Amino acid sequence: MVMKEAIGPARRMDVLHDTTAPLLDVEGLTVAYVPAAGSTPQARREERYALHDLTFRVEARELVAVVGPNGSGKSTLFKVIAGTLASDAGRVTVYGHGPGEHICIAYVPQRSQIDWSFPVTVKDVVMMGRVGQIGLFRRPRREDWAFVEQALERVNATALRHKQIGELSGGQQQRVFIARALAQQAELILLDEPLTGLDVPNQEAIFAVLEGLHEDGVTIMVATHDLQLAADRFGRVMLLNRELVAFGPPEEALTQANLLRAYGGHMHVLPGSDGDLVLADTCCDGHEDEL
Amino acid sequence: MSLDWLLDPLQYELIQRALLAATMTGIVCAVLGAYIVLRGMAFLGDALAHTILPGVVVAYLLGWPLAVGALVMGVLTALGIGFLTDQGMVKEDTAIGIIFAGSFALGVALLSTAGNYSVDLTHFLFGNLLGVSTSDLWVTLLLGGVVLAVIALFYKEFLVISFDMTLAQTLRLPTTFLRYLLLVLLAVTIVVSLQVVGIALILAMLITPAATASLLTNRLLPLMAYAAAIGAFSGVTGVYVSYHLDVASGPAVVLVATAIFLLVFLLAPGRGFLWRRRGR
Repeated sequence: MVMKEAIGPARRMDVLHDTTAPLLDVEGLTVAYVPAAGSTPQARREERYALHDLTFRVEARELVAVVGPNGSGKSTLFKVIAGTLASDAGRVTVYGHGPGEHICIAYVPQRSQIDWSFPVTVKDVVMMGRVGQIGLFRRPRREDWAFVEQALERVNATALRHKQIGELSGGQQQRVFIARALAQQAELILLDEPLTGLDVPNQEAIFAVLEGLHEDGVTIMVATHDLQLAADRFGRVMLLNRELVAFGPPEEALTQANLLRAYGGHMHVLPGSDGDLVLADTCCDGHEDEL
Repeated sequence: MSLDWLLDPLQYELIQRALLAATMTGIVCAVLGAYIVLRGMAFLGDALAHTILPGVVVAYLLGWPLAVGALVMGVLTALGIGFLTDQGMVKEDTAIGIIFAGSFALGVALLSTAGNYSVDLTHFLFGNLLGVSTSDLWVTLLLGGVVLAVIALFYKEFLVISFDMTLAQTLRLPTTFLRYLLLVLLAVTIVVSLQVVGIALILAMLITPAATASLLTNRLLPLMAYAAAIGAFSGVTGVYVSYHLDVASGPAVVLVATAIFLLVFLLAPGRGFLWRRRGR
């Protein structure tokens, strides 16, 4: 790539990578449900889990889909892996170290979580991904701008660089946030419902970007409601409903028994004409409030 | 055309000091105000302005610098609100409201024990621009400069925590420190503004210029620059209005800022109210 020389010295956090350890190692992860402020003391005493006793591994260069109904803990899981939310029990390590020691884990939020009227342009947003590497009291250097340009190029958003983020379409907004993760030099990218609310061409455009990154060795986890897509396009699928229902290749994970366990009443199971099952996730497209 | 209306007031030193203090206040409030507006902290800003009253009053009664009392009180307030919210028994805006009203009442009660109660209270509430002494002016310029310098130093970090707190956390920025730093800057800004617009009207200087600027640009840095220009212009014009029309100076400054907001709201090219109606 043209920008190779511009990339500069070793990444600040590389020293922390124990590359003999799995990229992501999760053991007995449990997160207690946090009751809303002002709820009754009784509700606060009731024991509930957002996530309960999850154990799994993700190797480097995997492309993983995380599926499950609304409130199944997908966002919570991503936030714990990203190190922005503490767990109540269990252990999460990324290359052998706690998530909080890395700046190479990017979390791409649901679009509904962002204030799109905020006075920033596309390149401002992508540059935010560089703030960790730039460090306190410094201004962006030439190589930081090179990273931004390169990231924009990767997601086909170079022409959008001077637009305010509210002027973009949903698909463009999503690609800009992926570019921000690239500018962060993320090795693990967690995308929270990136395809929700997008039409098929836009979903395909996002997917083309993700598959390109995957080929370049970035590990990607995508939370999605689209079971068809999870089955067709991902190497492994995680079925989640506060507990880990299944995690494996699509044909092993997405069995009828597993889907019923994960979705329960939210799942429509219809006998198809040739004896196959037609499965539909009846979840709405709305944003999830899992915490 | 005679420029006497412009030049006459300048022969008085107290007007010169008032103009400088009003300019600095207009700039500092507007620049910090950009973050206040974007982070939706308007209520917290107003509350913090009122809660520092007891600190200011105690410092005043003991003859200490007002800034010390205000800072101590500002930090205590921020911690108090955080503590009440963390208990999870009341919502954050309720916690702010309780502390806001309670400590404001304490400040007024403390002040009522002093001799010159109503005059002092008026000055704290609405400012006393013509009473700015040379040493007051130096404190204002110095603290204002410190606030602007800190914002310049942490500009990109404040931008990230305002736009996307989760990103700030994955970048491992010191988010708690930055949030508290913003609160401390807010407390210092309130001290800077105390004599110019007073506790009751500081909110206007924090949010009105920044809100006006947000109608004119899509990027944060120009937004801060426009807001600073509007804030400074409001300060200076307010002093003149106060001089010529003999109205209280703090309210005059705020009224100028409000008038500018209304003008921009109606006429801003491309997105003003009238512009959009015409486009229908």
